[in-house]
Amino acid sequence: MSKSIDPKKRPMPKQEPFERIKNFEEVALGYTPELAREEASRCLSCKKPLCIDGCPVGIDIPRFIQYVADGDFSGGIRKLKEKNALPAVCGRVCPQEDQCEKVCILGKKNEPVAIGRLERFLADWEAASGAIEKPDIAPPKKKRVAVVGSGPAGITVASDLALLGYEVAMFEALHEAGGVLTYGIPEFRLPKAIVKREVEYVRSLGVKLYLDFIVGKTRTVDNLLEEFDAIFIGAGAGLPWFMEIPGENLNGVYSANEYLTRCNLMKGFRFPAYNTPLKRASHVAVFGGGNVAMDSARTALRLGADEVHIVYRRSRSEMPARIEEIENAEEEGVIFDYLTLPIRLIGDEQGWLTEMECLRMELGEPDESGRRRPVPIKGSEFRMKVDAAVCAIGNSPNPLIPMTTPGLDIGKKGNIEADEATGKTSREGIWAGGDVVTGAATVISAMGAGRKAAKSIHETLCK
Amino acid sequence: MYRIIERRMMVPNLHELTVHAPEVVKLVRPGNFVILRPDEAGERMPLSVADWDPEGETVTSIFLQVGASTAKLARLKPGDMIPTYAGPLGKETEIANFGTVLCIGGCYGIGSIYPIARALHEAGNTVYTLLEARSQYLLYWREKFAKVSARVMEVTRDGSAGYKGHLTRLPEILTLEKIKPDRIIVNGCTFQMMKTSEVTRGLGIKTIVNMNPIMIDGTGMCGVCRLTVAGKTKFACVDGPDFDGHEVDWEEFLKRRETYNPEEVHPLRKSGCASHF
Repeated sequence: MSKSIDPKKRPMPKQEPFERIKNFEEVALGYTPELAREEASRCLSCKKPLCIDGCPVGIDIPRFIQYVADGDFSGGIRKLKEKNALPAVCGRVCPQEDQCEKVCILGKKNEPVAIGRLERFLADWEAASGAIEKPDIAPPKKKRVAVVGSGPAGITVASDLALLGYEVAMFEALHEAGGVLTYGIPEFRLPKAIVKREVEYVRSLGVKLYLDFIVGKTRTVDNLLEEFDAIFIGAGAGLPWFMEIPGENLNGVYSANEYLTRCNLMKGFRFPAYNTPLKRASHVAVFGGGNVAMDSARTALRLGADEVHIVYRRSRSEMPARIEEIENAEEEGVIFDYLTLPIRLIGDEQGWLTEMECLRMELGEPDESGRRRPVPIKGSEFRMKVDAAVCAIGNSPNPLIPMTTPGLDIGKKGNIEADEATGKTSREGIWAGGDVVTGAATVISAMGAGRKAAKSIHETLCK
Repeated sequence: MYRIIERRMMVPNLHELTVHAPEVVKLVRPGNFVILRPDEAGERMPLSVADWDPEGETVTSIFLQVGASTAKLARLKPGDMIPTYAGPLGKETEIANFGTVLCIGGCYGIGSIYPIARALHEAGNTVYTLLEARSQYLLYWREKFAKVSARVMEVTRDGSAGYKGHLTRLPEILTLEKIKPDRIIVNGCTFQMMKTSEVTRGLGIKTIVNMNPIMIDGTGMCGVCRLTVAGKTKFACVDGPDFDGHEVDWEEFLKRRETYNPEEVHPLRKSGCASHF
């Protein structure tokens, strides 16, 4: 028996571009139950599903999709949450095209099943139903675990260990939990109400959350070891890189972290009702080609810029951003200057950015990342008028813990060295995972690292 | 939430703020700062620490009321709660037995240099303190400094206390007072730290300044506090806030500090709390 399968994913309903560039509300609106069931019925329920291996946290994808196809949404969300504490987040920001959906059999000839959209649908359906189900929590163990950082890695470790009965304390340096989900990813891609909901869920499992608590400063890791049996460090990649070109300290030049934090965490887009200012620039250049660059450019548009450029030294096919985000930015009118390298920022007498000088590039031989290396074209210098520039070229791990924790092995890029399979660091009782180990990566890979570390902590403390 | 224990105006526009902060007080050291928010809509603001009490679990700062956010702070009363008070942040001021140290404080920096003078005194240094203000009525904490200093001196613009003039008179003051410092530490407004660094360069005396840029998170995450020191970009929040005053690019620093001056004043005009603007 064979069933005919629609070659395309059910399209995601979205706000129209002309409408959405005037607001900060979510762009993608989510599937209706009908769309979700139709999309779920495209799944072949493979005997040997490749998608599960494609998922860093090993969600039983065919099973949860089967529940959706059958219309049993509560069964679906239960299945999903067995492996993923943050389905509403992952459904929105995971790079599914490089993970589960990349290996989907349907994708060989047609479009893969829209796994991410179905994941998001179930999480939103559960939230809308108002009855958030809590899994069973194991009887309390008399062991205490400190989790440093409340981003994706920390949340995963905290919820996994809380479910196993551990007493978990989660420490957050900022005044709101969520890490990069809160300060970095904009409202229009990941509404903060969803992050709050997920954090509340983790707290409902018994995790104690301490805000304004900067591990490495408020208390050192060694101070915490006096009170806790194990520590997981998921402090993130919190030190922005700059281009190291002249003029980078001019007023109007931002790290993406600053630009996005002013907007997301501090709600600068609502200045002066919220007191943190965010300049309204007319010509904005964003340097970089990742998701953070897309987020920054789209934020600039929504703040009312006349022209927003993404300046990237390679071409579109080398861009690390998710295709969906690149398309969203293109639809919204962001101008992409490919094969372009900023070499100098120029300011006025008051120290404000007014112009930048760039070089045109061409692609040469592949470099160590496998992408073709951009090579400057001699004499191709040109200038462009800009009054704001945002550097979105990456981050190093936050230095506060490496600086204050003797005996912790630190890599060349300032990252904490940790075993990939277990998250164990060079010091007993200390685990680490997420961006603080790998440098800036994805939400789901941080969650995957958190999952492995939680398992290793559990095995160690059970001995 | 964090409870306000005391908030009073010490001298015109300069306020003392004492907050119940049991977590912050445990590891606080001279030269550190805290980040606070006056209310849920408020900015994150860095304030240098000026004193603390481990038993009462309180931390004290002195702040200058300049814009909308500090105006909010200035309206706090004992018993009020604020949503954010995080720290201690920044590297502590280097404390060792240097021999003779001159501590210079102006504006809110009179407050933040106090624990530095105290720690240097306890470390065996001969500590001289020089307080700077526009006029005598803007000076405070002289009695606290007297306990930890070999001598407390003053310099005022109008000559109403101590030497008349500005810190540009420092070489002359040092000669008159017969002080040969091995190190000078300056806390206060940018202009004062810059001017002092300019005159001590000629004297060949190592001069430490406690930088006060715009900050948001205070943990190295955003980079808004960057400045150029000895030709390299540094983040004041994690690499400082103390730097060698002779290595700081002051011109760039002053411009960066002015980034949000219009926005700083704008909400103040609208808030109705400072109708004279």
